[in-house]
Amino acid sequence: MSMSDMRARRGGKKAFLFNMIIVGQAGLGKSTFINTLTNHPTIPKRQCDDPAQCTLEKTVDIQAYTVETDEDGMKMQLTVVDTPGFGENIDSSTHFNEILSYIEHQYDDVLAEESKIKRNPKFQDSRIHVLLYFIPPTGHALREIDIELMKRLCGRVNILPCIAKADTLTPKELAAFKMRIMEDIAVNEIQVFDFPCDENEDDDETMQENLELRSLLPFAVVGSDDTLLVNGRTLRARQYPWGIVEVENMKHCDVAQLRSVLLSTHVQELKELTHDVLYEAYRSEKLSQLEGLAEKLAELNMQAQEQQPGSV
Amino acid sequence: MAAVQEPKKTPIGGYVGFDTIPTQIERKLLRRGFAFNVMLVGATGLGKSTLLNTLFAAHLIDSKGRFKVNEPPRQTTEIAPVTHHIEENGVRLKLTVIDTPGYADLMNNEHCLDPILKYIKDQYAHFLRKELTAARERYITDTRVHCVLFFINPSGQSLKPLDIVALRQLADICNVVPVIAKADSLTLDERAAFKARIKEEIEYHGIKLYPGQLQVPEPLDEYDLQEQALTDAIRARIPFAVVGSERTIVVGGQPVRGRRTKWGGVIEVDNEDHCEFTHLRNFLTRTHLQDLIETTALHYEAFRTRQLLALKENRDSNTSPNK
Repeated sequence: MSMSDMRARRGGKKAFLFNMIIVGQAGLGKSTFINTLTNHPTIPKRQCDDPAQCTLEKTVDIQAYTVETDEDGMKMQLTVVDTPGFGENIDSSTHFNEILSYIEHQYDDVLAEESKIKRNPKFQDSRIHVLLYFIPPTGHALREIDIELMKRLCGRVNILPCIAKADTLTPKELAAFKMRIMEDIAVNEIQVFDFPCDENEDDDETMQENLELRSLLPFAVVGSDDTLLVNGRTLRARQYPWGIVEVENMKHCDVAQLRSVLLSTHVQELKELTHDVLYEAYRSEKLSQLEGLAEKLAELNMQAQEQQPGSV
Repeated sequence: MAAVQEPKKTPIGGYVGFDTIPTQIERKLLRRGFAFNVMLVGATGLGKSTLLNTLFAAHLIDSKGRFKVNEPPRQTTEIAPVTHHIEENGVRLKLTVIDTPGYADLMNNEHCLDPILKYIKDQYAHFLRKELTAARERYITDTRVHCVLFFINPSGQSLKPLDIVALRQLADICNVVPVIAKADSLTLDERAAFKARIKEEIEYHGIKLYPGQLQVPEPLDEYDLQEQALTDAIRARIPFAVVGSERTIVVGGQPVRGRRTKWGGVIEVDNEDHCEFTHLRNFLTRTHLQDLIETTALHYEAFRTRQLLALKENRDSNTSPNK
């Protein structure tokens, strides 16, 4: 457990640290969702005035934004990493590596810090605790890019799949879409964060909660930067000529439940999984790689010495 | 050079009856029937099949989306033409719909456009061969693509690099009409901003969409002015923001084609306040169908010229003494 966590556990004044990364193609409402989640204009609207610039082939422009939140009395220092440009190129096959590198880089930082003799007491843990993957509302099933991304990253980060712009789907379409996505995930053996229940440790209420959340996967998301007056209340909503979608309304979409998961109920679990399982796996792999390299180097040295017995 | 004079109208005394020429032509044309070939290009899941079925008010094609987990995702763009014979008030239309599933579906889409361009050019080549045959048919079956409906993802931001490349290459060889698919995911403000942005990018990249500028010699008469006004109005509206639906829902006691979302929003396809479906439908089927077919002939002529010139060059270089 990192030191900032321990201090928070002891009831210190330091806020909980939580890092999330959000991945998905352009125009799926990722920035808007983050602003909705944090209830704050965290990520500015993407300005693109020059038509020449907008359609150039780009790399993923990984940007981190930090904001303080207070949900259900729990104070958090939330860092959101945005990944504009993902999947936008004609050939986007290199984008996975860019995101994977970023995630592994945070692990490398912690690994280096742990191995120091004199550690930095102010070390900020920037390991990603959850990845929100935004799926476009096609209504069909997962695309190649969706499957590839989740497959490659599920071993390094907790993934929560979400259906973006879910307000375009009818109830039947949404239910069928969710089912097909989860089937695709199962068939491709992708490990997503599915609200695991521990029969021994959890009480019935927690288990019930987790099962309900699991049945919501993938979360149907709608975001809005604007507020509207609906029935006398000011709400985040989207206004169409054919009606108004309320972002916080559980009958309209799953944002309220997702916010609760990300900002209060499952924060600790996601962090623990990241540290105890994902980070540990990375650490073992990395160290055995280094060991393997060291062994190989020793072997090569010995071979070199055998070939030239006279020289040292 | 002396100005060309308007031919003098010689008066006739009495009804001759050659004013039935249009009717004679119509009768012949009706007997022959009409053919219209439309191609759908766009990423999977943008509602292409649904929109086409909505346009012609019939279930003409099935969605080629991946609906079963066991089906592997497509690895190349497949060209799938389907022909239907439809009739309305004695007018027979042989409608061929060419779907292009697999376009833009992969992580690496470098070659997804190739089969599409090849298909369009192949139809021109096929027509040319038939034209050049010594004993050619009286009426060559026209398989040339008269219109490409290009579906733009309603991201609300800008066109993707692949879209720009595709639009440019397609507009060079045939009529392209872009539409914003699933427009019900955009609010009216977002829609207006998106359209403006797309128009900007199309102009910046010099993409020549249909309808192009009318080349009519001055002076314009009333008919020309009317046509120009109509074309200008359509050009201002492109890309059309559309929603399709094969299902009917009951609104105000009446069954209408539309969608009822989870949160209770009811989108009516035929309602002009909701989307521009009626404008697209009227444009495609009621006002510009014939013009699309005629303009395709112009694209074909350009292809034909290039091909014949290339053949001639080839022949010259082969028979040249330097070889």
